[in-house]
Amino acid sequence: MRRASGLMPQLRSAAMLIGYFVVPVAVLLLSPWWALLLIVAGLAVLIATTRAGQQVWSVTRIGISTIPQRLGSSSVVVVGIAGVVAVLVALLAMAQGFAVTLQQTGSDDTAIVMRAGSQTEINSVIDHDTATLVSQAPQVARTAAGLPIASPELVVIAALPKKSTGLDANVEVRGVGERAWDLRPRVKMISGRRFKPGLRELIAGKDAREEFAGVAPGATLKLNGQLWDVVGTFDSGDAHNSELWGDTDIVGSTYRRGSSTTSVTVRLAQASAFDAFKAGLQADPRLQVDVSTTRQYYNAQSQTLAQIIRILGTTVGIIMAVGAVFGALNTMYAAVAARTREIATLRAMGFRGTPVVVSVMMETLLLALLGGALGAAIAWLVFNNYTASTLGANFSAVVFSFDVSPALLWYGLRWALTMGLVGGMFPAMRAARMPVTAGLREL
Amino acid sequence: MKYLHLIWAALMRRKARTLFTLLSVLAAFLLFGLLDSVHNAFSNASSGVAGAARLISVSKISFTVSLPKSLFARIQAVPGVAEVSYANWFGGIYQDPRNFFPSEAVAPNFLDLYPEWEMPASQRRAFRETRTGAVVGASLAERFGWKIGDKIPLQATIFPQKGGSNTWTFDLVGIFHATDPAQRGNENVFFFNWNYFDEARQFGTGSIGWYAVRVADPAHADRVAQAIDALSADSDHETKTQTEQSFTAALVSQFADIGLIVGAIMAAVFFTLILLTGNTMAQAVRERTPELAVLKTIGFTSRSVLGLLLAEAVMLLAIGAAIGLVLAGIVVIAVRSELGSTIPLTPVGGEIWLRGLGLAVLIGLIVGVLPAVRGMRLRIVDALSGR
Repeated sequence: MRRASGLMPQLRSAAMLIGYFVVPVAVLLLSPWWALLLIVAGLAVLIATTRAGQQVWSVTRIGISTIPQRLGSSSVVVVGIAGVVAVLVALLAMAQGFAVTLQQTGSDDTAIVMRAGSQTEINSVIDHDTATLVSQAPQVARTAAGLPIASPELVVIAALPKKSTGLDANVEVRGVGERAWDLRPRVKMISGRRFKPGLRELIAGKDAREEFAGVAPGATLKLNGQLWDVVGTFDSGDAHNSELWGDTDIVGSTYRRGSSTTSVTVRLAQASAFDAFKAGLQADPRLQVDVSTTRQYYNAQSQTLAQIIRILGTTVGIIMAVGAVFGALNTMYAAVAARTREIATLRAMGFRGTPVVVSVMMETLLLALLGGALGAAIAWLVFNNYTASTLGANFSAVVFSFDVSPALLWYGLRWALTMGLVGGMFPAMRAARMPVTAGLREL
Repeated sequence: MKYLHLIWAALMRRKARTLFTLLSVLAAFLLFGLLDSVHNAFSNASSGVAGAARLISVSKISFTVSLPKSLFARIQAVPGVAEVSYANWFGGIYQDPRNFFPSEAVAPNFLDLYPEWEMPASQRRAFRETRTGAVVGASLAERFGWKIGDKIPLQATIFPQKGGSNTWTFDLVGIFHATDPAQRGNENVFFFNWNYFDEARQFGTGSIGWYAVRVADPAHADRVAQAIDALSADSDHETKTQTEQSFTAALVSQFADIGLIVGAIMAAVFFTLILLTGNTMAQAVRERTPELAVLKTIGFTSRSVLGLLLAEAVMLLAIGAAIGLVLAGIVVIAVRSELGSTIPLTPVGGEIWLRGLGLAVLIGLIVGVLPAVRGMRLRIVDALSGR
């Protein structure tokens, strides 16, 4: 009997910890937005209709109305949480932006063929015969004139000075075939004109033009000892924007590659034809090639780096969140301590513990929400569409912009609410458990 | 120092508050330690002292374009050049593309240029004499559990063998160690014999990825670099020769501006920290106003009250920073032994500690100064009567 009664309080506090703490945190972090909205709506109904709810409301109103008196310490909660959310959202937006840029580049109805085992275009070599065989495959779509929509492409690297630093960085030069325009209908010229096949002319992607010096239309570039005219700027809305394009044959002769290329990209008659296309090429004893849809190819390229940035962002976020939670705890304990007499008076008048707990929680959550919104706003204002560049799989620049999506902002808010929940929980329990008589005597 | 117990008593006055503040400080400096370690790893890669006497000569067009072997003898003849070697990027894959590590075919004398890689003489000899020989850094060997004598298959991404096969099999004949622990992050490399590579590859035989040059006197590195570039000027294979550091630095800076990212995160963290601990200190001083008045009454000068309060803030920050940096050190050791060098990290050493504690003292002074001045200006009569 004695043992059981000794265990009871421990069991009770364990149950309370799970009930008040673990469950709400899990709910906050895992449930979808509409479920949270339902919970909030449910709470609002409870507050409006039940007697306990009205008690909660009046106690909360008192607490919130005293925030201006504690502006300094309350702002610690807001700013602390804003900092965490801003850093977290910015880092995740970087990962997201990189991934989205590469993923947009690929599609399910275009396929890229490279030499077996080569992983990336820059490693690959496709000879002229292979390129011809690939473009003659029956699954390849054809133009109105009956020509296969296939582009033998040659990726080489040039070192050009970056505008921002003046230092040389790698830019991808892509030789494309005549039907590259049918292959990638999204590509639009935004200034100048297309290069003319057979001439030493280049067009620059929109991002390459922003990033590198000397690639505006009208400029002359020296690549591998030969002069090239830049005749236009194109926008493809994807990773090709970081590239310079020219005629495959001319790029090949300049870089002494003969008639070999690095890859062949084709448009399939329909996306479902991919399996047959791949099986056909791999069964052909004359070919040793890897075949993937461009979506698979570009997704694979985005994964590693995006994953590293996400892990980094989450780790940094967690450590910062721990710091911010302790700051919030300090503030809320101080807030509860400052209101000791007031809370004790309420209890003496017959208010139950729950309204007191809930009101302290609501106050903290409100501050956290404010902090979360502030942090998300900062991340959005400063970093949305912020451009950065990194080295892609072809050892050359991939320009991308940070993508502060609504989903990320919402994710940041969830983190903020979770921090508020943890930071408010313990002070709230303390407020509710305070002995009334001691509290009343407090100065 | 004789007031240490007084400062300690002040900190212990509200244990919970001090503890929470301490934990916030700790989190901030744990992050500082980790990020600085990453930052160091990236800047060490480009500023290793060992590389000062080495030049890297690559094609001016881009480092993916190869150079003719005929340059070898001509570079060797340039005055001021002590030794020349060459290598080629291989880019092999071990089992899974995610197991990435650099693999390079290197000339027999390549390791002689890298005295910072320590390897027993017998293994060096074995590397020269074994056609299919390969040597790896200790941390790479550890990562995959390789031992000397193992046969290691790599899948070629660029260079198939003459028969069209992508599989190259190497015999592990040596394992090298970095003499400088700060360079251990660079141990993650796989070198194998040039002759095997050059004879067996399907194309490109006789061409070279880059030349590594040791100069006799690092002070003349620039002049030697210019002389090497002059050899191929206006030819169809112009070279660009630079010190190993500037070559790596240029490459790293193209990946990401690590300094900017780390700087931005740390700015956010420390801004928040200053506000947070500033609030704690302000609270602490407000609460103790009568006590401070008593101190003044019994003869403490205004200046020593100021000093006491500043010391309190600095001590809080310094203790938190010290624990945070110790933790960061432990985390770095754990991550390095668990993951090898997939994540570049340097051990949390003297340099990071110095910067961390310096920052702690600085922040302590910043957050302490307002409350401390308030304490200094207290008028005894007002404070005692609670006005």
